[in-house]
Amino acid sequence: MAIQAGIWALEILAIAVPIALSVAYITYFERRIIGWIQVRKGCNRVGPAGLLQPLADGLKLFLKETIIPARANKLLFVGAPILALTPALIAFAVVPFGETTLFGFWDEPHVMAIAHLNVGLLYILAISSLSVYGFLMAGWASNSKYAIMGSIRTTCQMISYEIAMGFGLVTVMMLAGSLDLADIVHAQQGGLLHWYMIPLFPILLVFFISGCAEAGRTPFDLTETEELVAGYHVEYSGMWFATFSLAEYGAMILISLMTSILFLGGWYAPIPALDIIPGTFWLLGKAAFLIFVFIWFRATFPRYRYDQMMRLGWKIFLPWTLGWIFVVGVFIYTPGLDGIINFWLAWR
Amino acid sequence: MLETVFFNLFGGLSILAGIGVVLSRNTMHSVLFLILCFFNAAGLFFMLDAEFLGVILILIYVGAVMVLFMFVIMMLEVNVAKLKEGVVQYLPLGGMIAVLLLIEFVAASSSGVFAQGDKAVAEHFGREVNNTAEIGQILYTKYLLGFEIAAIILLVALVGAIVLTIRNRKDAKYQNINAQVKVRREDRIRKVRM
Repeated sequence: MAIQAGIWALEILAIAVPIALSVAYITYFERRIIGWIQVRKGCNRVGPAGLLQPLADGLKLFLKETIIPARANKLLFVGAPILALTPALIAFAVVPFGETTLFGFWDEPHVMAIAHLNVGLLYILAISSLSVYGFLMAGWASNSKYAIMGSIRTTCQMISYEIAMGFGLVTVMMLAGSLDLADIVHAQQGGLLHWYMIPLFPILLVFFISGCAEAGRTPFDLTETEELVAGYHVEYSGMWFATFSLAEYGAMILISLMTSILFLGGWYAPIPALDIIPGTFWLLGKAAFLIFVFIWFRATFPRYRYDQMMRLGWKIFLPWTLGWIFVVGVFIYTPGLDGIINFWLAWR
Repeated sequence: MLETVFFNLFGGLSILAGIGVVLSRNTMHSVLFLILCFFNAAGLFFMLDAEFLGVILILIYVGAVMVLFMFVIMMLEVNVAKLKEGVVQYLPLGGMIAVLLLIEFVAASSSGVFAQGDKAVAEHFGREVNNTAEIGQILYTKYLLGFEIAAIILLVALVGAIVLTIRNRKDAKYQNINAQVKVRREDRIRKVRM
């Protein structure tokens, strides 16, 4: 039992520590890439090519004073950032990072995930819907009207886009016939043409854009706009403030990984011959590209107006995904048409 | 061994959280206790290998229903003094309900319904039984009618809520989205020769 607990602790550390490190360095790359796009240098002073900048930022945030407003609910004020960060981290428990036989130690390849759940996809949906509480609590506990308006804005945004996201995932389930993330990846084996981005390309777009809104990234960063007095975290400072951005970047990594797993073939190479390169590299490479796209969005698009954003979520994405569920269903069960979609159907 | 520990942990915490819901003065804390209670119930489902039910419990109740609860409660202004005014007035009715419930609980638990004995004990089926597929099978065949009726009732509730709250105010200003989207550069920018 002690050994098992030790292995669990190691597994958790093996995922949590790289996430924390990559969050730190994504902030660095974000600044460099946006600088590059906007023909500036970006941060290049601390360390070689500015590589120590994230450490300096972290140190600065640690040394800053944490201010708790006088009439705030102290317990919930301090608890809210933790409530926001925890779901972003525990969602990674079911993400399969690849398959391994541990250099021939096992006969059959094992899935590299902390928990290999039958309902991994639902688990991700359920857990990622929980970070809303952190944002709601932050706004309420601050006892400030700007913060509470910000938290209501954020919550509305996240709830709205979650629905479109969930319906989009239904089409993935229809093709893969499983909620198990590893099964969904297995269903896309065999090269680029088998990836779900081919039959589900509109859903890929909806999922990724909704992911932008879920993580509160530009063009949907109404959660932290300057002209609307920031948002739910307006009263936060120092490390507690940084915890919220940690949650945001964690969500961004999660969305990138999920998009790669669900639509871009997970740990499989675009050409089967290239599968000699370990799958984990493929998965992380795809996710890294999608993170780059997130940053690219940020440098390119202006922010949505609030009513436009709500309209996009409810009046465009929702009917669009519902319609696509219908289309996929018709294709699966109509004789004659099913020949087209059988190529991607894992369960037939 | 480990299972008993976790069962006691989840069960105990959910009971404590339930007590917390009733006893805490702050309504916001009550909601948070209720969420904790749901989480522990989900944990109990997970222990029975019913991961679909556990995840759905979190997804629907914690992820959606409780968010709306919290929205409403955040907007409430709780005036404790005003709440206390009505206590004496409602005491007889409330007391009667409490006594009735107590009698029912005692009667039910002493009647032997909850005695274990020959009752079926929840079983573990492990990863081999895919309970998502099983629930889907039974829901869409045996209980199809009930399922559809529930769906229709929810739809009616949805439409009803919208009808009840919609107000077409004459003085409200709306954006014409189509006109906004159709705008091209030529409509806004004019080249002027200086």
